[in-house]
Amino acid sequence: MEKRVVFRNNVLPYLLVAPQVIITLVFFIWPASQALWWSFLREDAFGTKSAFVWFENFADLFASAEYLNSFRVTLIFSSAVAGVGFSVALLLAVMADRALRSATVYKTLIIWPYAVAPVVAGVLWFFLFNPTVGMVAFFIKKAGVNWNHTLNGTQAMTLVIIAAAWREISYNFLFFLAGLQAIPHAFIEAAAIDGAGPWKRFWTIVFPLLSPTMFFLIVVNIVYAFFDTFGVIHAITRGGPNYATNILVYKVFNDGFINLDLGGSAAQSVILMIVVITLTVVQFRFIERKVNY
Amino acid sequence: MKQSRNLWMALAAVVILMMPALALAAPVTVNWWHAHGGALGEKVNAICDGFNKSQNQYQVVPSYKGNYSDTMNAGIAAFRAKNPPHILQVFEVGTATMMAAKGAIKPVYQVMKESGLPFNPGAYLPTVTGYYTTLDGKMLSMPFNSSTPVLYYNKDIFKKAGLDPEKPPTTWPALAEIAKKLVAAGVCQAGFSSAWNGWIHIENLSAWHNVPIGTKANGFGGLDASYTFNGPVQVRHIQQLADWQKDKVFVYGGRTNAGNAKFSSGEVAMYTESSAGYAGFKKTCQFDFGTAMLPYWPEVKGAPQNTIIGGASLWVLQGHKAADYKGVAAFFNYLSKPEVMADWHQATGYLPITLAAYELTKKQGFYEKNPGTETSLKQMTLHKPTENSKGLRFGDHAKTRDIMDNEFEAIFAGKKTAKQGLDDAVKAGNELLRKFQKANK
Repeated sequence: MEKRVVFRNNVLPYLLVAPQVIITLVFFIWPASQALWWSFLREDAFGTKSAFVWFENFADLFASAEYLNSFRVTLIFSSAVAGVGFSVALLLAVMADRALRSATVYKTLIIWPYAVAPVVAGVLWFFLFNPTVGMVAFFIKKAGVNWNHTLNGTQAMTLVIIAAAWREISYNFLFFLAGLQAIPHAFIEAAAIDGAGPWKRFWTIVFPLLSPTMFFLIVVNIVYAFFDTFGVIHAITRGGPNYATNILVYKVFNDGFINLDLGGSAAQSVILMIVVITLTVVQFRFIERKVNY
Repeated sequence: MKQSRNLWMALAAVVILMMPALALAAPVTVNWWHAHGGALGEKVNAICDGFNKSQNQYQVVPSYKGNYSDTMNAGIAAFRAKNPPHILQVFEVGTATMMAAKGAIKPVYQVMKESGLPFNPGAYLPTVTGYYTTLDGKMLSMPFNSSTPVLYYNKDIFKKAGLDPEKPPTTWPALAEIAKKLVAAGVCQAGFSSAWNGWIHIENLSAWHNVPIGTKANGFGGLDASYTFNGPVQVRHIQQLADWQKDKVFVYGGRTNAGNAKFSSGEVAMYTESSAGYAGFKKTCQFDFGTAMLPYWPEVKGAPQNTIIGGASLWVLQGHKAADYKGVAAFFNYLSKPEVMADWHQATGYLPITLAAYELTKKQGFYEKNPGTETSLKQMTLHKPTENSKGLRFGDHAKTRDIMDNEFEAIFAGKKTAKQGLDDAVKAGNELLRKFQKANK
């Protein structure tokens, strides 16, 4: 007996996938191809004069020390944001999973920051750490540290990492908590009876069983750190001081929308697109093998 | 019964036939995209209301489009989509970009000429219009909101240290001396700070000392101009600022006007910021403050000259009917009226654009009632502008300001000397200029 469901209708399957295909075409393929096309052009802002310049925009980028610096800065920023967001969220989730009293209140409060838009988060942190009026800056200065993120690149970088990761912690927390609660208690109880301590139970049972969640979060966090963080940078540092926080996506935004260099900005977004596609492919091919579903 | 129905139908037919005529009699709409939110936006709406009520041929519709960059981008996107506004407000550093887009803009002198309305470029403040005028005196865009940097100082802090609050420093050495006294007396944490460093401490510093920031008459002479703001006057000044950090004479306030809180909180006693910041300080400062002209270096010959403006002007975009441009011209005429301009000037702290508006404000006694508001005008009109103090016109200058900010940060953090930093900024800026030149050939 045939157990598979067979669609007799030839049109129906196409109709069913059509919405997804159309959305991908309109919101991804079309803009991406526009960016690709523009990256080969040199145009004035109004598009009154346009010339096809082959790879000149790309050549200009790689000849620019500012652009190469942006790569270095992005690497530090993205890995720190993903790393901090990841580890703090995991810690909080493990704690919340064990909490007995007012667990709901605790969970709800941790999720709140995710509801704050990145730019607003940026402004909040900007004011907290503002060297003149900031509360946190005041205490840091009291502690004897000369806090001035408007001139000190390392301090500026630390601040934007905190601001960007802060929001991500809530998001990661939510997924980790769900992942933890899906792990059957029987496993852990069995291990406990066999004499495994909390530390051992975590690394041998919980951690491997959380791996699908972790894999998903790694992909999402890296995409977030690469693409969604320009609001934070714009509100806090504008890429400064002296290019210390000028991450790739902020440079795309700044060159395209503030400086109106559309060709150069399009070339940068094409490169960024290639970087993220490569990263995602690498993650799926190599890291996913280590995931137990 | 039947007859009355016919009558109704006939009436309906008449009404329908008359509709186009009614539509023709309706006023011509002129769209104005601007960058003024909040209280300034309300003032813009009030000006448009005033114009719309003053006649019935044209209707100006103002729309707030976000900050300067957002507004310019909105205008560009609309032009590319073939649906541009009639009037677009563009910040001063976008001037070269607008000028180069010849197919996209309609110069104001042409709009006024075609309209047949009276128009006298000589009625405007030369230091304001100079920024938006070709070398042979043709006005390209309509100046609207212009400001210039001045020195703000905290009179209460001066008094506490036993200094005369009516005697602000006029030179940089004098400012340093006062700053050291104030810091020594413990009445403030540092002497002075600044907003908009590139605009104030490079562009205005240069004009104020009558030295160029670029070749070809600061870029007015053509697209092949280069930056030269790494000259001795600029290097000396910036290096001095960096060195003054040690004595707490100067403290870096951050980009844009993020450092304003340093002045309003009393952390610094003196502060250089746009004259348009006056209203904001009036609101946030819990102390008595005064304004003074920017300090200068007495040993530089020709200083002080005059300062240059910042702010925005109104550009007319292509792609509309001749009748619409008449409406634009009529609106510009209204804007230039002394009473309209004087009101705008007094409400916002921006400069009055016409000499008549300046005279009117004087006559109304505004400057006596609001001491400190005339400083900017005195400073702008100190001398007849020279090639070095007329303004500047460089492609992608917004980006160059960004480069300046980054280099300032390297200099003030002690990573580079002023010479190295400004050399690097000039080099990076010139690369942009060559790119801009190629794109606009």
